[in-house]
Amino acid sequence: MLKYLEQAGQAATEVLRVRKVSRRGFLGTGAAFAIAAYAVPADAFPTWAVGGTHMPNGLRDDPLIFVSIDADGTVTLVAHRSEMGTGSRTSLPMIMADEMEADWSRVRIVQAEGDEPKYGNQDTDGSRSLRHHIQAARKIGGSVRHMMQHAAAQAWGVDPDEVRVENHSAIHASGKTLGFGALAEAAMALPVPTHEEIAYKTEAEFRYIGKGEVQITDLHDITTGKAVYGADVALPGMKFAVVARPPVVGGKAVSFDAGAALAVPGVVAVHELPYSNIPAKFAPLGGIAVVADNTYAALQGRDALVIEWEGGPHAGYDSKAFMAEMVATAERPGGAVLRRQGDPDAAFAGAARTFARTYTQDHMAHAPMEPPVALANYTAEGLEIWAPVQSPYTTRTDTADALGMDPADVRVNVTLLGGGFGRKSKADFVTEAALLSREVGAPVRVQWTREDDIRHSFYHTASAERIAVSMDDAGKVTGWKHTSVAPSILSTFAPDSGQQFFIETGMGHVDMPFAIPNVLCDNGAALAHTRVGWFRAVSNIPRAWAIGSFVGELAHELGKDERSMWLELIGAPRTVDPAAEGYPENFWDYGETYAEFPIETGRLAHVLNLAADGIGYGAALPEGEGIGLSVHRSFVSYVACAARVRLVDGQVTVPEMHLAIDCGYAANPERIESQMQGAAVMGMTLAQHSSITHANGAVQQANFYDYDVVRSTNFPANVVTHIVPHPFSVHSTGVGEPGVPPVAPAIANAVFAARGVRKRHLPMGVSV
Amino acid sequence: MARLNINDRDHEVPADGDMPLLWAIRDIVGMTGTKYGCGVGLCGACTVHMDGVAVRSCQVTVKEAAGKALTTIEGLDPNGDHRVQQAWRELNVPQCGFCQSGQIMQAASLLAQKPDPTDAEILDAMAGNVCRCGCYQRIVAAVRLASTGA
Repeated sequence: MLKYLEQAGQAATEVLRVRKVSRRGFLGTGAAFAIAAYAVPADAFPTWAVGGTHMPNGLRDDPLIFVSIDADGTVTLVAHRSEMGTGSRTSLPMIMADEMEADWSRVRIVQAEGDEPKYGNQDTDGSRSLRHHIQAARKIGGSVRHMMQHAAAQAWGVDPDEVRVENHSAIHASGKTLGFGALAEAAMALPVPTHEEIAYKTEAEFRYIGKGEVQITDLHDITTGKAVYGADVALPGMKFAVVARPPVVGGKAVSFDAGAALAVPGVVAVHELPYSNIPAKFAPLGGIAVVADNTYAALQGRDALVIEWEGGPHAGYDSKAFMAEMVATAERPGGAVLRRQGDPDAAFAGAARTFARTYTQDHMAHAPMEPPVALANYTAEGLEIWAPVQSPYTTRTDTADALGMDPADVRVNVTLLGGGFGRKSKADFVTEAALLSREVGAPVRVQWTREDDIRHSFYHTASAERIAVSMDDAGKVTGWKHTSVAPSILSTFAPDSGQQFFIETGMGHVDMPFAIPNVLCDNGAALAHTRVGWFRAVSNIPRAWAIGSFVGELAHELGKDERSMWLELIGAPRTVDPAAEGYPENFWDYGETYAEFPIETGRLAHVLNLAADGIGYGAALPEGEGIGLSVHRSFVSYVACAARVRLVDGQVTVPEMHLAIDCGYAANPERIESQMQGAAVMGMTLAQHSSITHANGAVQQANFYDYDVVRSTNFPANVVTHIVPHPFSVHSTGVGEPGVPPVAPAIANAVFAARGVRKRHLPMGVSV
Repeated sequence: MARLNINDRDHEVPADGDMPLLWAIRDIVGMTGTKYGCGVGLCGACTVHMDGVAVRSCQVTVKEAAGKALTTIEGLDPNGDHRVQQAWRELNVPQCGFCQSGQIMQAASLLAQKPDPTDAEILDAMAGNVCRCGCYQRIVAAVRLASTGA
């Protein structure tokens, strides 16, 4: 803990702008990420435990799995995590290359197929890629450098201590050199060193790590149209399919007439896929597939199908009624108690005053720019898949199960993902392609249309969150009660109890970090009537929305300014002791060992102050403008958002936003900045637009005309990212998700500051 | 059968005249830089140039495109070094990258017509191109960088 506190003080005063990402400012104010200087320890690589070792198939740090070197010196590194925009396909190889002393311009990156027994866990979500794999990446790189050093020493018959490895070569004290290419065969045949045998680089010696100066691996291909996504792989004889899926989860076709579809030129087959109902994990919904010679023919064929659907058990799902029911549950005592600290009932009974509010959120769909798509080729030899999937090995085993195959006979090739956000963790679309390829005896690409994507997702849960506080005469908060009500992701996997499970309640509910002596966190039941799945930041979104908005409301209620209110509630810097504060025994700290990744409230307060200071919190603003704050810990990172809102004819615009993140050691600050810029946009989108509603069991939205997203006409125009500097010893934590949760409540608090209008439902709409 | 001129090359395309140009380019010609994102002209992932002007290829039929000069991301510059592409690389714009062909084609069209657009003109011209990863700040900065007013 000290390691953090030692730096927290100096960081606030030493923030420097080291590099302008946007070299020429736009609209007068160029974006920049700010990162402060710190003293670099001489030798800093004591290892620590990460949750990755407990993930299915664990972690690998064997260089022989990840590195191969050609005689011409080309270094090939395996990226085993899926690339969906976070940059892990660049950052992890970059770390390996740096520790190896490989010249980045001579590094080639290949994507691993889905093979966890070989590569270790490949499930790309949970903001885990760098957090779990940064040490392994250094070990892999350091091992190769060590092996190069020793191979050169053997070749020259000298002591290894006389050999150093630098920029793709081994160099002897005498000045003679041998390149990586010349050494490759001998070096890679040497024993792989242990962690303790490797003389790791000091941080001062890093060329790429921590700098943020490396272009993303696929940049040239992306900008020239050569990058390969899910729909960009073609095989000879490939057919194109689209599927008419039941409008209601658990529904099915009572009857259908394929005559007109089959008459469409280019349509080759119509095939009914088996149906499923929750809980069915990631099984396809079923439906009527149209297989054709091209996508257009398939779409025309699908339009020509005549289908009579039966709704099934969820045909009564109605969002309006369901939301009212969830709110009633949240406002009624009697939920399952998850955390009890002190004596909350006594605190409320003896309170001088109490204050309570309820916050709600609709379902959301991920809407990645690339809708789900997959190519499958089923032959006598086995099944081969090309698909944009976040979890290629689960894809492999799930698809094998669905087809009654041995996973050994299934190969999953991972393309680039055109966005994922959690949707592409669920490979129902791959199973569809596999089933159809087997059925028609040809390679089949299943393309989801945007309408399919919006109507048949695994939705972010809808929720009602009720927060109440008790206060003493002086207005000091003495008690906190938070009732959460939301259908659980677990309903996708197991019979539904209506209760959320420990992973969901660990995301901002039971881990509420304020210094309040009496706390009750409970869970009211809500049964799922659609497929509920994880969406970037998951349950942290409704929790941060509720807590962040509530702090803003409480500040107003008590006549305090918002920053003071936040800091008062966070209290003096402390490391939370979960047992002493009544956390449940199964408290989930993002799968990490709590002792390694504890909740440190000083870090929360610090990022809050960075964001607030950055935006100039407290300064006078023009009429129609307001600043709002929020801070939230998720994925073991701490992120604060300060948003400045300007109302333009009632429309909410966000001309400036500061996001301050403490994610431990920042391995690639430039990609951290891009994730914060992206989180600002996704946060504003969910604040203003994202609403999936059901009527008669069916989703009412279909495409960007009724499920719009933030566009260039109104986006957070100037997002400034502040990254708290740390040495490598401060464990790297999550980056992909934690930027999202604090954005919406900061905007809502800013809207209130600007106009005195309080929004308590997400989405809040585009205007006030 | 239609004749499509794509990137200065004629292609005989055995396609229904009503087929959206997007699917003809992707499925029949086999060029995949142009992306499907919504099919209704609201996301811009499928943006190509028709006689030098950005259009949504999902909203143009093969019949309408026949006889026109079509340019896709693959043909924007023979070496992939159009100034918009260079600006994109200089600012490390993309995250997932899927929408970026369309973004680049839209920006190139804007700058061909207006080499030094105002900030408002940039925002307006790019409004039809969705980036779900949220790269707008860098997209807008890259368009400015590629403009003569940078």
